[in-house]
Amino acid sequence: MASIKFNLNGKPQNVDAVPEMPLLWVLRDVLNMTGTKFGCGMAMCGACTVHIDGDAVRSCITRISNVAGKSVTTIEGLSAVAGMADGAHPVQAAWIEMDVPQCGYCQSGQIMSASALLTKKANPSDVDIDEAMRGNICRCGTYNHIRSAIHRAAALTSAKTGAKA
Amino acid sequence: MSTVTNNLTSTISQTNRRGFLKASAGAAGLLLGFAWPEKNQLAAQFPPPPAYIPNAFIRIGKDESVTIISPKSEMGQGSTTALSQILADELDADWSKVRVELAPVNPQLYGFQGVVGSMSIRTLWTPLRQVGANARAMLMQAAANQWSVPVAGLRTEKGFVVNPSNNARLSYGSVAEAANKLPIPTGIKVKDPKDFAIIGKPVQRLDTRAKSTGKQSFGIDAKVDGMQYALLSRSPVFGGKVASFDAAKTKKVSGVTDVVQISNGVAVIANSTWAAMEGRKVLDIRWDEGSNANQSTPAITKMFTELVSQPAAKPARKDGDAGKVLAAAGKKIEAIYEAPFQSHAPMEPMNCTAHLRTDAAGNVTGCDVWAPTQMQTAARDIAAMAAGLKPEQVQIHSLYMGGGFGRRGSVDYVGEAVEVAKAAKVPVKLTWTREDDMQHDQYRPAAMVKFTASLDANGLPAAVEAKVATPSYGFENQGVPGTAMVGLQDTLYSIPNLLLTYQGGETGIPVTYWRAPGASQNTFFWECFIDELALAAGKDPVEYRRAILKGSPRLLATLNLAAEKANWGKAPAGHFQGVSVLNHVGSFNAMVAEISITNGKLKVHKLTCAADCGHVVNPTILAQQVEGGAVYGLTAALKGAITIDKGRVQQGNFNNYDMLRIDEMPVFETHVIPSTEAPGGSGEISTPLSAPAVANAIFAATGKRLRKMPFLNKDLA
Repeated sequence: MASIKFNLNGKPQNVDAVPEMPLLWVLRDVLNMTGTKFGCGMAMCGACTVHIDGDAVRSCITRISNVAGKSVTTIEGLSAVAGMADGAHPVQAAWIEMDVPQCGYCQSGQIMSASALLTKKANPSDVDIDEAMRGNICRCGTYNHIRSAIHRAAALTSAKTGAKA
Repeated sequence: MSTVTNNLTSTISQTNRRGFLKASAGAAGLLLGFAWPEKNQLAAQFPPPPAYIPNAFIRIGKDESVTIISPKSEMGQGSTTALSQILADELDADWSKVRVELAPVNPQLYGFQGVVGSMSIRTLWTPLRQVGANARAMLMQAAANQWSVPVAGLRTEKGFVVNPSNNARLSYGSVAEAANKLPIPTGIKVKDPKDFAIIGKPVQRLDTRAKSTGKQSFGIDAKVDGMQYALLSRSPVFGGKVASFDAAKTKKVSGVTDVVQISNGVAVIANSTWAAMEGRKVLDIRWDEGSNANQSTPAITKMFTELVSQPAAKPARKDGDAGKVLAAAGKKIEAIYEAPFQSHAPMEPMNCTAHLRTDAAGNVTGCDVWAPTQMQTAARDIAAMAAGLKPEQVQIHSLYMGGGFGRRGSVDYVGEAVEVAKAAKVPVKLTWTREDDMQHDQYRPAAMVKFTASLDANGLPAAVEAKVATPSYGFENQGVPGTAMVGLQDTLYSIPNLLLTYQGGETGIPVTYWRAPGASQNTFFWECFIDELALAAGKDPVEYRRAILKGSPRLLATLNLAAEKANWGKAPAGHFQGVSVLNHVGSFNAMVAEISITNGKLKVHKLTCAADCGHVVNPTILAQQVEGGAVYGLTAALKGAITIDKGRVQQGNFNNYDMLRIDEMPVFETHVIPSTEAPGGSGEISTPLSAPAVANAIFAATGKRLRKMPFLNKDLA
């Protein structure tokens, strides 16, 4: 067991865990934060995607020991870390507006991948979306709605930025 | 008593204590309109509610909240929202006040509780409209009593009873308690469909926000006080048993608390899922592999090939005399088609949480089960059996499912969890890894069909014989396994001499319902073979289908609409089209696929669907189901296959059994034919169409007829 300190959704977090335990299971079983989902355990499906220092990362293959000192954002904190009310992050707002989820199980990971993409490319092309999102499987077949919602989120973000300017 | 962090369903006794509004259960109507071929068998197996019980479906709070209690569970198909729309519209509720809960298992209240066969809307449409209308009548009567005026002059408006003579208004919440004390009225008329305000509207799904913010709890998120985490090691060979095991190394793994044997393997119990995974890795088990130890995909293919070559066995459908016509035919068209096993692979792997309640003496007195299940009643019954209890001593808490697709109609994972909890004497959450899920699924069966046909002087089918080899499961129809024949047996094509036979084909590999069972492979076989007949007749595939669908106007209309919207025959340069049609689960559907092949690589550019599903409750959800169902079928057509070697599944995760991904997703159009007919199903209508539409387009592009799924780039040259 090791005591590991990191930042979780904007707040300091300390956990006692086996250093090899993946971040996914620390989140789900130790911290009871179940918004991040288990899908494959080998970074093939994207259901477990979180942000580590702003990058989209598969938490199922990320040892907790490698998270020490870093900033982790999960679906539960996505809006709050951006200083917004829950669900108000432009990606979540677009997801809700466009009724994207069906079963919804993959959507936490989809939203985390999409929001990481938008911080790097404010106006992603369809090819950019393909590259950033092809690691996230959806068995309900919501892909076209995900694509539309990412474009919509980009428009919402630029509208907000434009209003401030 | 343990508690759960999830938002779980309340029990009926709790709802009664709160004094909620009565509502008629619609009693014997619950299975009316059920249009699967096996309706007689199902009605016997899953009887409608025997008696009316109040409070079953609607709860109106003093805060004006309207809680719909959905007898159907939710796996993404949207029926919790659509069923709520039906009730809320007849109730004349304010939709913004409506929320939904999943019902507890209670056949006395709800009849058959399962989400299979695209049945939810079409079986509950009539009874839930009546429930809503009765509840509205009771609210009006309560207001009339309070005002001391005749009920006949009153009306309702979005959650209020209104007296038009003096514009007095009473909210539903203010009269719900009084309404609850009134007798259930009879003879109440449901709305004229032209007055629908919520039914037919694209209202937002009730679960969209929770599913976009990480707040939606799924089965795998259940947590009970004192709960431990379990993984089960199962025989790698289907049907194998534990011969012996050594848990010494496992027990040394940090976090592992126990190792127990159950009927289906050895379970590792730990204080986290990860610790249970680590413990299972070093568990030493010797297996008695049993009778399937030498089973393989080549052996199964060989058996199927022999079976379809044998004389026609028991007929599933016999029109005219195909044997006689074919014996006399000059030219015969023959083809053998084949489909592999497929895994369901829902994004949420199987899991179940179980807690056995005990008295002071340690005797088991009851059992709570938190399960993401498509089949609540079956989940209760297997839990009772595993716990050694009566069904009424088991409480099933239905949790949202991260996909089901038929897999969660089987309840093996529920029985396992209860057995583990019983053996370990602690509440446990049993989680399946992806490998467990893929290698211990109950699969879409492998199948083979041999067709023989002859044409008449006009090139139309004179006789068709189809011999099917595939494992049996599920219901019987006409004395043969119904699931083996769906998609063939119910064809609407005019074929004067038609003989469909089931040739057998048991494999020892567990199989079950997979989105559009039977139809998902048979439609590929059938719709490609129809194209082969069109080719032999020298006819365009759409024209040919029009000629043999003259007697089936609803299916013909979807064919015509899909062809029109897809610009059939006018594909852009280098693009090629294929078509397919299907009548299934009470609905009618056609698809045109547009593809190209560049440097030996297939790209599906566009799928255009036309659907007639009768009266539409929510057009957004219908479009989701048509599109999502087609993607599910497209994955099976283009990506993986489950193969068997030495009685084991050779695939284990998405690295060797991949799914369609966003960069492979075609443009998708759904065109719905407006209809006032009774609602049909929607969740399974398009799944079977993708493979034949794409295969027929590949033929148009290459002249190569692919008769085996999946279609890989190496097969195109």
